Amino acid sequence: MKKCLRCLCQAPLSAKIGILLIISYSFVAIFAPWLAPYGETEVVGDGYAAWSPEFWLGTDNLGRDVLSRLIYGARNTISIAFVTTILAFVVGGLAGLMAAIKGGWIDQGLSRVVDILMAIPQLIFALLILSVVGTNAVSLILVIALLDATRVFRLSRAVAMNVVVQDFVEAARLRGEGLVWLIWREVLPNTLPPLVAEFGLRFCFVFLFISALSFLGLGIQPPTADWGSMVRENAVMISFGDFTPLLPAMAVALLTIGVNFVVDWVLHKTSGLKG
Amino acid sequence: MSTEQEKHTDVLLEIRNLHLEGFSDEKWKPIVRGIDLTLHRGEVLGLIGESGAGKSTLGLAAMGYTKDGCRITQGSICFDGIDLINCSADELRQLHGLRIAYVAQSAAASFNPAHRLIDQHIETAIRNGGIKRQQAKAEAVELYRILGLPDPENIGQRYPHQLSGGQLQRAMTAMALACHPDLIIFDEPTTALDVTTQIDVLAAIRNAVSRFHTAAIYITHDLAVVAQMADRIMVLRYGQLAEEAPTRKMLKAPENPYTLSLWAVRCFKSEAKPRPTAEAPLLAIENISASYGKNPVLSDVSMQLFKGQTLAVIGESGSGKSTTARVITGLLQPDQGQVLFAGEVLPKDFRQRSKTQLQQIQMIYQHPDTALNPRQRINEIIGRPLEFYLGLKGAAKEQRIRELLSMIELDPEEFMYRRPSELSGGQKQRVCIARALAAEPELIICDEVTSALDQLVAEGILKLLKQVQEQLGVSYLFITHDVATVRAISDEVVIMQQGKVVDYGAREAIFKPPFKPYTDLLFSSEPQMDPDWLDTHLARQQAN
Amino acid sequence: MSVLKLLGQRIALGIFSLFAVSVIVFLAVGMLPGDIAEAMLGQSATPETVAALRTQLGMDQMPLQRFISWFGQLLQGDLGVSLANQRPIADLISTRLGNTLLLAAFAAIVSVPIALTLGILTALYRNSWFDRVMNTMALSSVSFPEFFVAYLLILLFSIKLDWLPSMSNISPDSSISEILVSSILPVITLSLVVIAQMMRMTRAALINLLASPYIEMARLKGIRPARIIFHHALPNALAPIVNVVALNLAYLVVGVVVVEVVFVYPGLGQLLVDSVAKRDIPVVQVCCLIFAMTYISLNTLADVLAIASNPRLMHPRG
Repeated sequence: MKKCLRCLCQAPLSAKIGILLIISYSFVAIFAPWLAPYGETEVVGDGYAAWSPEFWLGTDNLGRDVLSRLIYGARNTISIAFVTTILAFVVGGLAGLMAAIKGGWIDQGLSRVVDILMAIPQLIFALLILSVVGTNAVSLILVIALLDATRVFRLSRAVAMNVVVQDFVEAARLRGEGLVWLIWREVLPNTLPPLVAEFGLRFCFVFLFISALSFLGLGIQPPTADWGSMVRENAVMISFGDFTPLLPAMAVALLTIGVNFVVDWVLHKTSGLKG
Repeated sequence: MSTEQEKHTDVLLEIRNLHLEGFSDEKWKPIVRGIDLTLHRGEVLGLIGESGAGKSTLGLAAMGYTKDGCRITQGSICFDGIDLINCSADELRQLHGLRIAYVAQSAAASFNPAHRLIDQHIETAIRNGGIKRQQAKAEAVELYRILGLPDPENIGQRYPHQLSGGQLQRAMTAMALACHPDLIIFDEPTTALDVTTQIDVLAAIRNAVSRFHTAAIYITHDLAVVAQMADRIMVLRYGQLAEEAPTRKMLKAPENPYTLSLWAVRCFKSEAKPRPTAEAPLLAIENISASYGKNPVLSDVSMQLFKGQTLAVIGESGSGKSTTARVITGLLQPDQGQVLFAGEVLPKDFRQRSKTQLQQIQMIYQHPDTALNPRQRINEIIGRPLEFYLGLKGAAKEQRIRELLSMIELDPEEFMYRRPSELSGGQKQRVCIARALAAEPELIICDEVTSALDQLVAEGILKLLKQVQEQLGVSYLFITHDVATVRAISDEVVIMQQGKVVDYGAREAIFKPPFKPYTDLLFSSEPQMDPDWLDTHLARQQAN
Repeated sequence: MSVLKLLGQRIALGIFSLFAVSVIVFLAVGMLPGDIAEAMLGQSATPETVAALRTQLGMDQMPLQRFISWFGQLLQGDLGVSLANQRPIADLISTRLGNTLLLAAFAAIVSVPIALTLGILTALYRNSWFDRVMNTMALSSVSFPEFFVAYLLILLFSIKLDWLPSMSNISPDSSISEILVSSILPVITLSLVVIAQMMRMTRAALINLLASPYIEMARLKGIRPARIIFHHALPNALAPIVNVVALNLAYLVVGVVVVEVVFVYPGLGQLLVDSVAKRDIPVVQVCCLIFAMTYISLNTLADVLAIASNPRLMHPRG
């Protein structure tokens, strides 16, 4: 624990900023109902009201409080991206580890399927499927998690391959250990650092991806407050020189930068002096 | 090859009170601590020491070069009147390649895979030496010829991956000689080679260096090699000088206790036990043939190992000795033949073997670093086989772990809860032995278990293995490429070459003439501590 | 393994991927849950219109039969008819495809040289202040959602400064200069992200190489740093760099979608988004196929070049 704290103190400024950003975003997301002055979908005034003491950031096209929606948006957007990334890691990560450990036709089969799935650009694939099944939170999470799982599979398989060839794994195999022990006790602990860094990167990707889909009107659907759709709904105001509609986009950018800074630092640390 | 001081009146390189530090674990730690070194023109200086002695770092420093993450903190390096520490990067570049050259340990990794040998060879001469391309090429061919490369006219047109390891090492020496430098640093140039290849490369290097009267610093961990190459030897330990003397003097009468202990390593030898007459063999390999894909690697290999005995399998890389171990453990399924353990045929695939069958054969690996899970503590590593095979739990398990740790001479209180990264190489290998012993096996396969270790540490491991055998009566299948190790501990010896058994018998019989041809080649290629060994060997080769 | 055989295998794999993708694009529509005909018609669905639509989609036939006829028509260049306005899809996409490719090509021409130069420079001067600033900037710009960058540019250059149009009004009879001017902002948006990615990857690939023993050997041979980079590192970095470029070009083609929507640029991406919203499945399928085709071709090309630049494969032993 002390070691962790000392490590944090020695981190470069960018990483410290990143950690601070992540903590404050999580705080806002968790305590959204207590922080927001108004309800998520509550119409509180006229449309497009300017910044005022009553509505700090003004109101949107339907007269809802922008600050409140921004705060609730943190909760909705971040949690959906987080759940999606976790799902992608559970599916893709476990499949990758299993392919690396088992080898043979399981590895071959899974790898070929992933090759094909990865041959289609992710956004296009998502649009294709969403156009058929329609857009709701569950299908969004499932579709993006599946597509992202292919990337996670590739990485976790590659990382696990480096571990699997080491003698201690062979020793465990020759001892007669089962698959669960091999994954859980031998391989997973040794693949954790790169996988954690990758989790950060994948989270950023999913987060940007969902925001982009929502912005296109194909992601999280109104009236749920979501940063991507908030930009879309109020984009008209930009042509009047108003920056307010871009606040949600900036919120997306800041969190992604924060996570990226931290991941960059972690990668730099784990790869030694190389970077 | 003379050691008399008056011949080397002219000092080429002078290092005074050099201190170097390296950055690791977030700290600057000393690597070289106050070394003085003087090298005369045309002299070959041998630097020896175990890993971590700072010999490679010192070798590079003699060129005025430090690796990333290293720095010179104190001292002076003076090459032919030029201060290498304070001269500019451009001045240094003018020296490198032209007047000071470098030969690296791994020639395969040190040649650029994208360019032909000849282009890499002549690069410095053309760029910095102002020599015409045609002339440089002609000189390169001449050097290839001197170093005994096949087809010297055309071999330069090849790419690095098209040459063998021994050829690449000669090509690299040729490249170092390209601009007729005053000084060449050889950093373990033959360590990665097989003994029968090493001998030719050693002869080629020595011949070329003395022909051009080049001074050299020859870095190695192998005493016998340095004895052939150097006029004078410096023994390093922990970044400091342990002893320095002319080669013959040092070989005859080393003074420093550390040097003495290095010399003594070569004297360890156990008594060979005779094969028990009445018993059936514990392990019998019968007519095994195996292949990787389409490449046959083993053909018709048979051997037997009896209870409480050590069977040493010796061979060079590609001889199939490790593949034999993979067949026995069931990692590789043979095309033909069978493996019998205590008279019963073992299933070919380890996944089909019973827990008891798996328990009876344990393995110890070459690299203790990769053989221990870095994320587990020592008690978990040793405790797992106890729990898995013997069902030990709680206090009984802990008690047994303590016993095992005491057996491998590690203090249980101190080491029980450590992680592998907090152990030295030798300690890790001891933990590997304890893990194998925890399963209470009949047979332990030792795959090059001492190759990655320093000599003194390796000797400790060999002694421990022998001691354990006397206590527990366990059998060893001992795989190695090192003749000295075989001579030290085996009861019976198998010699393998290109997937075949070429010689097989009791230790006494194998090491007594008359030798079979390959056995003779293998044994005679092993460098001896006698400084005249290489000359004698070459003379004998000529005579044949 | 000879080079030709490897190349053949890689190209065959590319063609197979294309086929597999078309199967997936087809199946995705046929196998997903829900009655598409009903969903597409929405509230205006009557049993008759649903049945008519099902016939038009060919959903009363066996899946295999449907796939064969659909794929056969595709191969003959018959892309089908849009459900939304009954126009042939070929007409819908022809000019839009050109516009999109123009935008992507323009962005590629701008970003590839800049990114490679910056990547090489940051690798050469790594850990200098220049490197740090460039890296922080790159890291930030890959973190920005594209629509954020796009709107920022609009806010700054169209609305505050009024230098450039915020919308790309391109019609078939626009002149080249008009097209160029109206695509400046979309190109900058696209390039920013791609440059950052490509620069980071080029730098990483080079630094990885600079740690190899043969680079140290070159230093110890007294070779100048610039020559080490260009003569010793770059030829070996070719394969990874080509890969980086292809990957990012492929990304460009896809990243176009969001940018086209923001700038109302009449390209394929916008058509795709509109069609998804309208659930005009035949158009979605064709657009997806075209995007996937570009993507797969670029990746195949990258691997082919990587094989061709590997001396171990070009000059086999013996």
